[in-house]
Amino acid sequence: MAKITFIQHNGTEQTVEGIPGMTVMEAAIKNMVPGIDADCGGACACATCHVYVEPEWLDKVGKRAAMEEDMLDFAFDVQDSSRLSCQIKISDAIDGLRVRVPEKQF
Amino acid sequence: MSDVISTDAVIIGAGPCGLFAIFELGLLDIKCHVVDILDRAGGQCAELYPEKPIYDIPALPIVTGAELTHRLLEQAKPFHPQFHFNQMVTELIKHGDSDFELKTDGGITFRCKIVVVAAGGGSFQPKKPPIPGIDAYEGTSVFYSVKKMEDFRGKDILIVGGGDSALDWTNNLAPIAKSLTLLHRRDEFRAAPDSVKKMRELVAAGKMQMKLGQVTGLTGADGILSSVQVKGNDGAAFDIQANTLLPFFGLTMKLGPVANWGLNLNENLIPVDTEKFESSTPGIFAIGDINHYPGKLKLILSGFHEAALLAQQAFHYINPGKRLLFQYTTSSTSLQKKLGVV
Repeated sequence: MAKITFIQHNGTEQTVEGIPGMTVMEAAIKNMVPGIDADCGGACACATCHVYVEPEWLDKVGKRAAMEEDMLDFAFDVQDSSRLSCQIKISDAIDGLRVRVPEKQF
Repeated sequence: MSDVISTDAVIIGAGPCGLFAIFELGLLDIKCHVVDILDRAGGQCAELYPEKPIYDIPALPIVTGAELTHRLLEQAKPFHPQFHFNQMVTELIKHGDSDFELKTDGGITFRCKIVVVAAGGGSFQPKKPPIPGIDAYEGTSVFYSVKKMEDFRGKDILIVGGGDSALDWTNNLAPIAKSLTLLHRRDEFRAAPDSVKKMRELVAAGKMQMKLGQVTGLTGADGILSSVQVKGNDGAAFDIQANTLLPFFGLTMKLGPVANWGLNLNENLIPVDTEKFESSTPGIFAIGDINHYPGKLKLILSGFHEAALLAQQAFHYINPGKRLLFQYTTSSTSLQKKLGVV
């Protein structure tokens, strides 16, 4: 199990448990974390599971793939720390991960 | 006067489940009209993942969304479905048993005996970027689609995005705009390479500008935009003078008018029984991602099963008192005739 903390725009924090192998988006949906819409169900096809990875975790979650980079064109207020949470696989290495949820996915 | 079309069934949604419903209803001689808000068939398979492989369609170990759509259209062809694209069913009124009236925002009125809601996650609508105050400019200075190009003649236009819609409209509107700027968050575009090349030629010829950055705010008065605030990729803020803003951030699914049709809803889904896949209103069926029942799985294959079963009940509404003989396509000459294979 890996703990993942979602920080809402208003500062509220919610920590959920994720099973290694599932994605950060799936952990959010399973625990009804507000603000992760995931319209397409994880196909990297909609950019509605956009999160900002907290700086100290950026290296550990790795870089965006080309497809994810393309899809981020459809997200709003993309920053260097932007990721699509359906493309971050949970592993013990990211136990404790903290991500911020945008005010609105769209 | 709007057109009135009389038919047996209207299917709302031309995604995989709606398309297979044409086939299943067709085998029982039920004629269908199909309405979809997109400009083509396929639903999410066409809009969200046309090129992505699907691995869980029975007998097709791997198939793309586009290929699956193509095959379903082929399969439905013998039944001559009539498609009405680029429109949304806005009203659904029950006049009596087996008598429904539907209206679309494209001005079509249908009278039909049964309705199949196969609307997936709802209708695809343009994503509205959450820029503070954008609502005040919508319809006057901010547009999410181009209906008539002429409306944009002589305007100072800012287009935001890097996909096909953004690039196509950049290239089409640049010649008639007073000024045109394309704003994108990076110097790479997911749009077709040809359109990108054309855009770069327009920039080189001084016909338009291309800037890198993201919109942060809007300035204007009385619904008329005067400038757009932008954060450049280097972090520096700048303004772009524009009285027209066209943001193209793709589409998202919204439940839309389904909520106003008097059906029982449960968390934006239509509860149905698992024998007939019928909603709380007899004669209105719901299949695919938009329905809910105990054990529901949002899989395309579940929608196929649901389509087959709803057709059985639909037959009884359309042919009251008539016995329905269950037949196999492998052995029934009558079904094979309908399919045009004998």
